Amino acid sequence: MKNKSNKDYSHIKGWAIDADPKNDPVYPMKNRTNGEHKGYNWKRPKQQAVDREVLHSNERPNVSAVFGLAPEPSGLSGMIRRFAFKYSENEHTHWLSLLFADRVNELEGLVDDIKKGQFPNIIAEKGWGAQWKHDRKTMIKKITVGTAIVAGIAIMLSGKRNKYF
Amino acid sequence: MLAMNYRGTRRIRLDHDKPIPEIEHPQDAIIKVTRSCICGSDLHLYNGNVPDTRIGSTFGHEFVGIVEEIGTDVQNIKVGDQVIVPFNIACGQCVFCEQELYASCHESNPQSTALGGIFGYSHIAGGHEGGQAEYVRVPYANVGPMVIPDNLDLDDAVLLTDIVPTGYQAAEMGGIQKGDTVVVFGAGPVGIMAAKCSWLFGAGRVIVIDQEEYRLDFVQKYADCEVYNFNSLEDPVKFIKQTTDWLGADVCIDAVGAEAAGDALQTITGRKLLLQAGSATALQWAINGVKKGGIVSVVGVYGPTGNLVPIGNVVNKGITVRAGQASVKRLLPKLIEHVQKGVLNPKELITHRIPLEEVADGYRIFSEKLDHVIKPVLIPPSA
Ligand SMILES: NC(=O)c1ccc[n+]([C@@H]2O[C@H](COP(=O)([O-])OP(=O)(O)OC[C@H]3O[C@@H](n4cnc5c(N)ncnc54)[C@H](O)[C@@H]3O)[C@@H](O)[C@H]2O)c1
Ligand SMILES: [Zn+2]
Ligand SMILES: [Zn+2]
Repeated sequence: MKNKSNKDYSHIKGWAIDADPKNDPVYPMKNRTNGEHKGYNWKRPKQQAVDREVLHSNERPNVSAVFGLAPEPSGLSGMIRRFAFKYSENEHTHWLSLLFADRVNELEGLVDDIKKGQFPNIIAEKGWGAQWKHDRKTMIKKITVGTAIVAGIAIMLSGKRNKYF
Repeated sequence: MLAMNYRGTRRIRLDHDKPIPEIEHPQDAIIKVTRSCICGSDLHLYNGNVPDTRIGSTFGHEFVGIVEEIGTDVQNIKVGDQVIVPFNIACGQCVFCEQELYASCHESNPQSTALGGIFGYSHIAGGHEGGQAEYVRVPYANVGPMVIPDNLDLDDAVLLTDIVPTGYQAAEMGGIQKGDTVVVFGAGPVGIMAAKCSWLFGAGRVIVIDQEEYRLDFVQKYADCEVYNFNSLEDPVKFIKQTTDWLGADVCIDAVGAEAAGDALQTITGRKLLLQAGSATALQWAINGVKKGGIVSVVGVYGPTGNLVPIGNVVNKGITVRAGQASVKRLLPKLIEHVQKGVLNPKELITHRIPLEEVADGYRIFSEKLDHVIKPVLIPPSA
């Protein structure tokens, strides 16, 4: 089967007889020009030099004219991100891989910090000081529940050990 | 320079030695930040729910500042100008910008075709560094930044970068006609502005639903509306039907997004197990609470993987869903005028001024709704 895209509608009976320019749910957000009908054909802004690794969606042919300079893909998480970008934005593999890469990247961040001799101050990073100041009740509850869970697991594990070893 | 540094889920610290950004493109400007905000949208990043949020990134899409340096092709602003910077990064010449869909620019975000570039909003929005720092690189500086008029307060200006246009556009997309009943889900900064702006389109009744009593008290006075705590309603949808003579609201606005509470199934699958892109409780209530043939306007943000929404009811009820990231540049001239004339008074939403150095506490306070926070503003020491 061969499809042709044509711009001559004269042979289509009734073409546009009921067209209603006011029937546009995107108004007034959109100042309709129908420029899209001409495709990716606009005069593009100058291209920012692509002198670093920029992953781009495979639903576009190129890197957009500008892009951000937040961290490049790196390490294991970078490998996972590269893999993710082989799949389109329509694929769950794309997004789930990226979310997985984010978790791996978090660990890489920790390792990086420790390598630099800078052990992260988790309490400050999580803003627990502010929580303590403004909502001690929830915090005490969380600490109690957390301690109970850890203690529970510890007891279970030590129980197991007694049984099996 | 000082800059917020994302270290992982709900972990943030301040960097002291992040390099000051440089001009990378002839249309770039470097802005010295004087005010930046933490937004409900940042909470999706903070909670680790946005794919491709890389460690070491700086967040912040709501900021104003002083032009420090400009690229060779920048004519519309000059060094020393105080500018409002819309959160969308827009080239001004692609087919979407040409049609004023500035949130959909096709030349500012290589990573995702669904969305234009946004400052400090992960690589899903172009990997641009954000404004919770002392300096930011602003691409397309001829297009986005707008010089702050002399009589406009900086606190008002910084809220015009996002939440005022977003709240306004939420009401605008509702297609509100005179006398309509509008239900706004969420009494955060966005919902508060949406409620306030609904009146500008001629709403006859504005109802706001949330679970934070202090926010409901605030919006009731600020936007002159009715307020209800969904925890004290047996069923918010049934309540909406009841209070609209059993027909449903004309317009429902979702100003909550993916961190919604209120429905155990949504919360567990969306926020705990991450089986969907956040919890879509407010959207579900909006769809089920609107009248047949009604309009649901969505500005609450959801992830790209998809959510559990009663799409069957959208079809059966013949609902029109309108949604979008706000097109800030399109709305700015009108909204600045509304602020100058006293029709809108955004700065009253600011409850916290937090030194940039305490950014981690700021996130915790805003995320946990501590200390009756509505809108926190971060102030760099150099401002
Ligand atoms: N479309 C855009 O351009 C745009 C711009 C800015 C913000 N946003 C989005 O708007 C949403 C709100 O932002 P914000 O800054 O006001 O955030 P916020 O976190 O301050 O406010 C959200 C409010 O919703 C309430 N809430 C939770 N579950 C609810 C439910 N089921 N029903 C009613 N209320 C409920 C919370 O208690 C909170 O007060 C976020 O999703 C944000 O990402 C969108
Ligand atoms: Zn925002
Ligand atoms: Zn554009």
